[in-house]
Amino acid sequence: MADLDLSGGDHKVDSELQEFLLVEKQRAQVNAQIHEFNDICWDKCVDKPGSKLDSRTETCLNNCVDRFIDTSLLITNRLAQLIQKQSSGLS
Amino acid sequence: MDLTNLSGTQKDELMSQVRQQMMIANTQELLGKITEKCFKKCVNKPGQELDNSEQKCIAMCMDRYMDSYNLISRAYTRRLTQESQR
Repeated sequence: MADLDLSGGDHKVDSELQEFLLVEKQRAQVNAQIHEFNDICWDKCVDKPGSKLDSRTETCLNNCVDRFIDTSLLITNRLAQLIQKQSSGLS
Repeated sequence: MDLTNLSGTQKDELMSQVRQQMMIANTQELLGKITEKCFKKCVNKPGQELDNSEQKCIAMCMDRYMDSYNLISRAYTRRLTQESQR
């Protein structure tokens, strides 16, 4: 999605439109994230596509989403700690 | 660009166009992904044509990819709700 300047500047947008665009932008981000999860988790969980998703595959897909988010949170927190440690060691 | 003076009808028109473009973009993304994933899974050695078993595999793969998309969409929405309540 192209960059939307919603902060004002030369572009004047009324508040209803601005609200609408913010919501749609968030929706687009969620959609992009779903595509990315499906890309990653399909490769991890689905072997040979059958006549339906079996329950083992469904469990794997559900876990895949949650563990990916956990991983992202863990790495974010750890990086924040490292940066904090580094900056406190310097002062 | 001045978007302050749009009439109600113009605004509705604009919003519905934005929604429609988003839907098209989402469908194109899905189409691209399915083609990539199912080609990888179903066409191991590309021959003179897509044979019967490859076509069946692609059709099944496509249906399962969409199942998976819906499942993951639900799982992610559930997690988002859960995180926002923490």
